[in-house]
This record gives sequence, structure tokens and C-alpha cells, in this order.
Amino acid sequence: MTSRSRYLKVESLARVEGEGALRIVVDRGVVEAAELHIYEPPRFFEALLRGRAYTEPPDITSRICGICPVAYQVSACNALEQACGVELDPPLIDLRRLLYCGEWIASHCLHMFLLHIPDFLGYPDAVALARAEPGLVEQGLSMKKAGNTLLEVLGGRAIHPVNVKLGGFYSVPDPRDLAPVAERLRAGLDAAVRTARQIARFDFPDAELDCELLAADHPERYPIETGEIHTSSGMRFPAAEFTRHVVERQGRHSTALYATLDGRRYATGPLARYTLNFPQLSATARQVANEIGLGSACRNPFRSILVRLVEVVYAMEEALTLIAGYRRPLRPAVPVRSRARTGHGVSEAPRGLLYHRYDIGVDGLVSAAEIIPPTSQNQAAMEEDLRRVVAANLDLSDATLTALCERTIRNHDPCISCSAHFLTLDMVGR
Amino acid sequence: MTTTPTLAVWKFTSCDGCQLTLLDCEDELLALAGQIRIAHFTEASSAAEPGPYDVSLVEGSVTTPEELRRITEIREQSRILVAIGACATHGGIQALRNFADTAEFTSAVYASPEYIDTLATSTPISDHVPVDYELRGCPIDRRQLLDTLCAFLAGRAPDIPNTSVCTECKRRGTTCVTVAEGIPCLGPVTQAGCGALCPAYHRGCFGCFGPMAEPNIHALLPILRVNGMSVDDVDRVFATYAAAAPEFAEPRRDQP
Ligand code: SF4
Ligand code: SF4
Ligand code: SF4
Repeated sequence: MTSRSRYLKVESLARVEGEGALRIVVDRGVVEAAELHIYEPPRFFEALLRGRAYTEPPDITSRICGICPVAYQVSACNALEQACGVELDPPLIDLRRLLYCGEWIASHCLHMFLLHIPDFLGYPDAVALARAEPGLVEQGLSMKKAGNTLLEVLGGRAIHPVNVKLGGFYSVPDPRDLAPVAERLRAGLDAAVRTARQIARFDFPDAELDCELLAADHPERYPIETGEIHTSSGMRFPAAEFTRHVVERQGRHSTALYATLDGRRYATGPLARYTLNFPQLSATARQVANEIGLGSACRNPFRSILVRLVEVVYAMEEALTLIAGYRRPLRPAVPVRSRARTGHGVSEAPRGLLYHRYDIGVDGLVSAAEIIPPTSQNQAAMEEDLRRVVAANLDLSDATLTALCERTIRNHDPCISCSAHFLTLDMVGR
Repeated sequence: MTTTPTLAVWKFTSCDGCQLTLLDCEDELLALAGQIRIAHFTEASSAAEPGPYDVSLVEGSVTTPEELRRITEIREQSRILVAIGACATHGGIQALRNFADTAEFTSAVYASPEYIDTLATSTPISDHVPVDYELRGCPIDRRQLLDTLCAFLAGRAPDIPNTSVCTECKRRGTTCVTVAEGIPCLGPVTQAGCGALCPAYHRGCFGCFGPMAEPNIHALLPILRVNGMSVDDVDRVFATYAAAAPEFAEPRRDQP
């Protein structure tokens, strides 16, 4: 490739949550820089949590992200309950997992149908796509609604649910309230299996994530609401040791922080979860995965949409199982008394592992908080993915390459408001 | 022939939850998109048309010099501007910095605070430009959003209540959690609009819709204390999702 001066700019990368930009420098055919700039204004959650009561972080941190509030609520509860030495009653653990299934379904369907599918079919958005393929979008919206209905019944509302409490819930549903939810989930499950065959026919460019993978690990279940941590290189450690291995540093070009795993680049999210935990998926989910040609591991970010779909199948089935086994618990929450301790908690947000740490003082107030969201953990892997895609496609026109860069980032479903962050592409060719 | 009205959705400093409420209207989204053209909505579309726009929904608070510039531009381009959510109407939870030292906040979160360009305050949209309507809540209520868009399509003003959450509790037939169980509740001073959600879930309202018009906060304080809230608890509950609302900031200064 000869040297060529290129300057591409996209005002803001669409269909990702939050605000960001891309800067790419190519010199004589060599990609010198591929940077994801996250310029979402900082919101200082870790600072404003100091001095709040130990009961407050679940509600407060949910406001970090409107797409995955339950992830914030649950990671915070896990950390604070651990600090206070409390374990939930088994039915409450199941109810928390059920709520989280609702978020996985709603968030994955939002990403797949409203943000991601238009990329594969060449439309700017789902509304334009719906004019050409109304069935596909309507199916997606009804699947998404199954997740949102679950969130609303159990959580009160889909965005920032009000019913989550340290130790459990403010109130627990009557089994009869869950019957209409189960009906939607059953229809959603059928729709998900049908859609899987449609989506599997899309054209997926070749790509492979070259980094370690990290996900939660639970002895009995596909990881959702809690777990230890394991990686593709065979490391295994509890949440309390997370920051011994994962270290964040600040980059000049972004308000999100970069995390590394023992100094190495790594990724968390659907590809990591699926590849590390495939055997724990339900029989139906595994069967759908096989039918659409996924295999038991997937490292191609363009195929992440298929992995999300398999996870939706799983979450719908799991939710149905949890509802079928539901009896109203004796108490809606376990009492949680504060202790002057430090607690660590993780859970699997739809976009990947979300870590929280709180130091509670003798006064019951939070004295320090640390939150490591999936986007900052994935940022280095996203940039490396971007670098490879640009390097492999330098012969494309500026417009095509720009679109491919945006797709590359969108594959990762970055939740940019974690740093609380969207995309401009600046391409400098020298 | 009449032309389809246009809608633009803008994000300032926020969590995206309020604009997401629009995408959460699964049953209405496609029908709505047939009535009103979504001309600008970065979270949902790569296509963006230039203004002017008939309606702009603005989410988030103003926290950077760039946002100060952008809000003026958006106002000029919008016939009707609706601020959506506690961030846009009261500065949001990030307005807690208004009562603290933002430089210290920055250095608590970032190792190299010099790379961060932020204002010392988080302020509502109406502090900077005239706003036609405000939808309250953290997040906004989906039914209220739909009603507001329908009102606009029908050419009438939206029906936004200014009574308290208590009135909605009564209408819903929820037993008062304060009277029946001594659970502290901000419902008497919080603006209606959520349908009295929290009491229905056996939880006291924590004020996410911000203050109602002329809230009698001093009458509520002794009740909150009887129900077990300490002075600090009361301070904190008012200083959350609408921390910068003057009515909510006030009682924090004159606690007995
Ligand atoms: S008001 Fe609440 S839900 Fe809406 S953008 Fe702000 S933090 Fe998010
Ligand atoms: S529960 Fe709260 S909002 Fe409802 S009537 Fe009682 S005080 Fe008012
Ligand atoms: S009851 Fe209060 S805190 Fe709960 S949703 Fe309504 S306004 Fe917000």
C-alpha cells in the first residue's frame, strides 16, 4: 500500500450508547494509532458515593447506565452484602436472577434489533429497516418487550427499577402476577428461535479477537447474577481479588479508563461468557447455537449478534424455569446490618463483567467506592480489533472503511455512558 | 399536502435512560415513526437530518463548555423544546458536585485530572435556554412521554400534572405506606407523574420526580423524623436525583 493522505470524519458514531469518537492514523500502509475516544462528560460516581449510606449504592449506581441498571444494582448489592456478611435466602437469589434475565433479554434485544441488525442489512436504523422488513423488527420488539415486562413486574419499571433492595426486594410478586410474563416469554422464546435462523444467514466478515477472555464462573449455572472469575488462560479468582489482577489506567484521549489483566489486554462480554461457559447453557440454547453454526466457542466480534441471540434464548428459558419454580418467599429481604468492612461484588452485565468495591465505615457510610465497568475493561481489546480491521482493509474507500470501523466498535456494544461515553471518526493518513 | 413533523433527540450529561424510554415504547414505536419523522437521534440512527426540528427532546444536564454552546444551537433549531428527566430538569444526580469541590471529585476519580474538561456545576437545561415543557423523573415515565408526543401531534398542550405523588397513590388505591407502616415517604412533596410507583412496591417515594409546585417540605420533616430518619438521612434523601432543585436543597440548610 502506498502512502496516501486520508482524512475521514464522522460527527458522532451512531447506535452506541453514550458519546465517543475514533481517531486512526495510517502511515505508509501501517496503522500507527487506532484510538477510541470516549468524550462523554464525567459524572464522578465514585466520588459522589462517598458519605452515602451503605444502603444507597444500588439505586445511585444504577444511574450510571440506563441500558443495564440492574447490573449496577446487583453488583452493588453483591459487594455490600459481602461486606455485611449476609447471604440471600435461596428463593431471593432466584428472584434476583429472574430480574437480571429480564435485563439481559431487553438489553440484548435492544442492541440486536435496534442498533446492530441495521449494519448487516444496510439501513441507517431500525425504523428504516422496519419499512423493508417489518416482520423482523416487530419480532425483535416483541422479544424485547418480554424482557421489559419482566423488569416492570418484578422491578416496578424497566429503567432504574425501584424494587431492588440490599438483601432482596421491597416486595415480592404474587405468583399470579408472573403468569402473564411467562406467556410473553414463551412467545418470545419461539420468536428468538425463529429469528436465529434468519440472522444466521447474514454476511459475517472474518475477524478474530486476539486476547484473553474473562467472565464470571458459577459452579451450577451460566453466569449472570454473581460468581467467581475465570479466564481463557485458566486463571480463577474471587471478586475480592479482582483488582489484584485487573488494573485501570487513564488514557489522555478518553474519559473512560483502560483496564489490563496482569498487564495484558483482555475482553469480557458475550463472546467471553459464551466461550468460557458453553457447557452450562441449556439444551435448547446449545441446540440453537449448533443449528446456526456457532460451535462451542466464538471469537469473531461480527458474530457477537449470534451469541447474544443464544443468550437471549437461554435467558428466556431460564426465566421460564425460575417462574415455574417460584413460590412466594417468606420474607422479601434478608435484613442487612452495616459492618465496617470492604466488600467486592461482580455480576455479568449484558456487555460483560461489572465489578464494584465499597469500603463501609463504622458510621455505616461509604468511605470509598470503585467501579470497573465492562467498557473500560474492553477498551484496549476494542482498539486492537479496530487496528486489525483497518490494517486488513486499507484498500477500501474512505466511506466504506469508515462504516466498517463503526461496525467494528458496535460489535462490542460499548456502553459508553459507563465512564460515564459515542463516536466520531477522525482518520489521519500520512 | 402537510409535511410530517420532525423529532430530534439530544443527549447531554446523562445515563441515556430517558431517551431509551422512547425505544422502550415497543408497541408504539413504529406507529409513532409513521406520524413523526425521527430526524436526529444518535443513539438509534446513523442518519441525521439538519434542523430546524419541530420537537426536540433534550436529555441530560449541562456540565461542559461544549454543552453550553450546543444547547443554544439546539434551541435555535427547535420549535418546541422538551427537557426530559431529572438530569435535564434539575441537573441530575451529577449535580451533587454543585455542593462539593469538583476539582477534588476529578482527582478522586482520575489519576490525571488535567485531561478532564468539565464545569464546576451540573445545571438544568432551563438555566441556559427557554424550555417549553419539562418531563420529570429519573427516568421519565413512558406514558407521559407518549402523551406528550401525542399532544404535540394533536396540536394541544401536554397534560403534565403538578400535584403530589400522594394524589396518585389515592387514585391507584394504594394503602399509604407512611400511615399504615411508618415507612418514610417523600410522596407529599414530590411531583406526580410516575403513577405512585414506589408505594405500590412497598417502598417510600425517594423523590425522583423532583419537587412539586410549592411543596410544604417543613410540614413533612417532623413526619420523616418520627418514621426514623435522622437529620443526615433526611439531608441525603433530598440530595439525590434532584439534588439541585432549590426546594429540595433548601431544607438541608435549616434542619433543627
Ligand atoms: S434523569 Fe435519570 S434516567 Fe434520565 S438520563 Fe438522567 S440519570 Fe438517566
Ligand atoms: S405512600 Fe407516600 S405517596 Fe402514597 S399517600 Fe402515603 S405519603 Fe403519599
Ligand atoms: S414514587 Fe417517588 S421515587 Fe418512586 S418513581 Fe415515583 S417519584 Fe420516583
